Amino acid sequence: MQPTTHSIDISALGRDKRSLDLASEPVAIEVPELSLFYGQKQALYNVSMNIPRQRVTAFIGPSGCGKSTLLRCFNRMNDLVDGCRIEGAINLDGHNIYRKGEDVADLRRRVGMVFQKPNPFPKSIYENVVYGLRIQGIKQKRVLDETVEWALKGAALWDEVKDRLHESALGLSGGQQQRLVIARTIAVQPEVLLLDEPSSALDPISSLKVEELIYELKAKYTIVIVTHNMQQAARVSDYTAFMYMGKLIEYGDTDTLFTNPAKKQTEDYITGRYG
Amino acid sequence: MNKDNHTQHISQQFNAELEEVRSHLLAMGGLVEKQVNDAVTALIEADSGLAQQVREIDDQINQMERNIDEECVRILARRQPAASDLRLIISISKSVIDLERIGDEATKIARRAIQLCEEGESPKGYVEVRHIGDQVRRMVQESLDAFARFDAELALSVAQYDKTVDREYKTALRELVTYMMEDPRSISRVLSVIWALRSLERIGDHARNIAELVIYLVRGTDVRHLGLARMAEEVEGSKER
Repeated sequence: MQPTTHSIDISALGRDKRSLDLASEPVAIEVPELSLFYGQKQALYNVSMNIPRQRVTAFIGPSGCGKSTLLRCFNRMNDLVDGCRIEGAINLDGHNIYRKGEDVADLRRRVGMVFQKPNPFPKSIYENVVYGLRIQGIKQKRVLDETVEWALKGAALWDEVKDRLHESALGLSGGQQQRLVIARTIAVQPEVLLLDEPSSALDPISSLKVEELIYELKAKYTIVIVTHNMQQAARVSDYTAFMYMGKLIEYGDTDTLFTNPAKKQTEDYITGRYG
Repeated sequence: MNKDNHTQHISQQFNAELEEVRSHLLAMGGLVEKQVNDAVTALIEADSGLAQQVREIDDQINQMERNIDEECVRILARRQPAASDLRLIISISKSVIDLERIGDEATKIARRAIQLCEEGESPKGYVEVRHIGDQVRRMVQESLDAFARFDAELALSVAQYDKTVDREYKTALRELVTYMMEDPRSISRVLSVIWALRSLERIGDHARNIAELVIYLVRGTDVRHLGLARMAEEVEGSKER
């Protein structure tokens, strides 16, 4: 007798559709090899990595491991530090951002950054969002209004503030301020969003809202996040890089890194055995 | 706790992951339940083709067990679920073990069916196989329904029903032993039926295990090894939650 064909397609069941492969991802930021010195002290040692496009990449590691330093290299924030010297290159869309004549202001528009503490300007919510556009010389009210709406919607803040756009941004809660800062950053339509511990000053619920926002934003932006909170990295990121003492120890897809890391140092750190 | 509890996280992605792993468990359960039914039918109707199909599908069930476990591990590692979310993942991860074993028992019955096709049908015991087979298949089905609906009362009734199955298994056994004594030529064939009944009785035990996990999931109390009376008290007593 011919066995009857079965109606349940098991190939679709339980298979990991999120399984990712770093090597096959399109690259947004390429770091061929990078070392960084603060005066005599070396802070980064021959770091080389590719940041994939439209993914969330998290940097984790103990304090002083160089993860924030590396993040700040991506939009040349370290230029502002006295005695900071870089060897190597960082390619954004194939161009070295450290070449001579690079327009740093334009770079920072393309690579936006959000810091640990929300830093809204002491202006209205509306003016905070359109700040970058005004600097670019955009004056048409219609463009500005539209930008405010989509940027605040994009940052999941619109519903909470749409009736008080012209009140001071300083009257918002910490979590709302942080989402406002994210709205201000995406208003100039960057390619990359750098988040330096974006929720460490927030309560757990605001923090989860920011994480959910990060998840939604990756459809449009390449996101790199530095976090002290390993669980946050596990929740939000597609790829995780573990750094220790200025070196990139392990870099791979988050599922593997958190279930079966390749290096003992990574294992020790994520299981809380040192750090 | 109700079944919408798992769709109300701030993280939509977390909602989706929990919903997905839960539906994978239920799909695996549906397939296992069908396996039990097919194995019993193959035995009674001497359908070796159907028995062969049951044996082949077992590989799929094993694969599903691995996949669901992998999903659970990933959720534990990435989400650190707490409270009802944690109980959901633990219950799922333990239930797949029982489901996979039910699948194994169905395969054993299928193997007996093929053997009986070759040796000639057993003269006795098919009524009992059909009867107990129906009962345990319904236990499997209801334990999964209880899982799907977070229904502790239904789970309790599945656990209670296991007693009935055990009793009927013993009765059937006594009858078949008597038959073997009367007609020693039938021993080999009747033994095959006894092994099949034994597998069905084990399937009932596994369904009961799943039911106990549902009670743990919904009420948060571990009711294993408590005895039915205490189990019923726990289910009734914690009703308010």
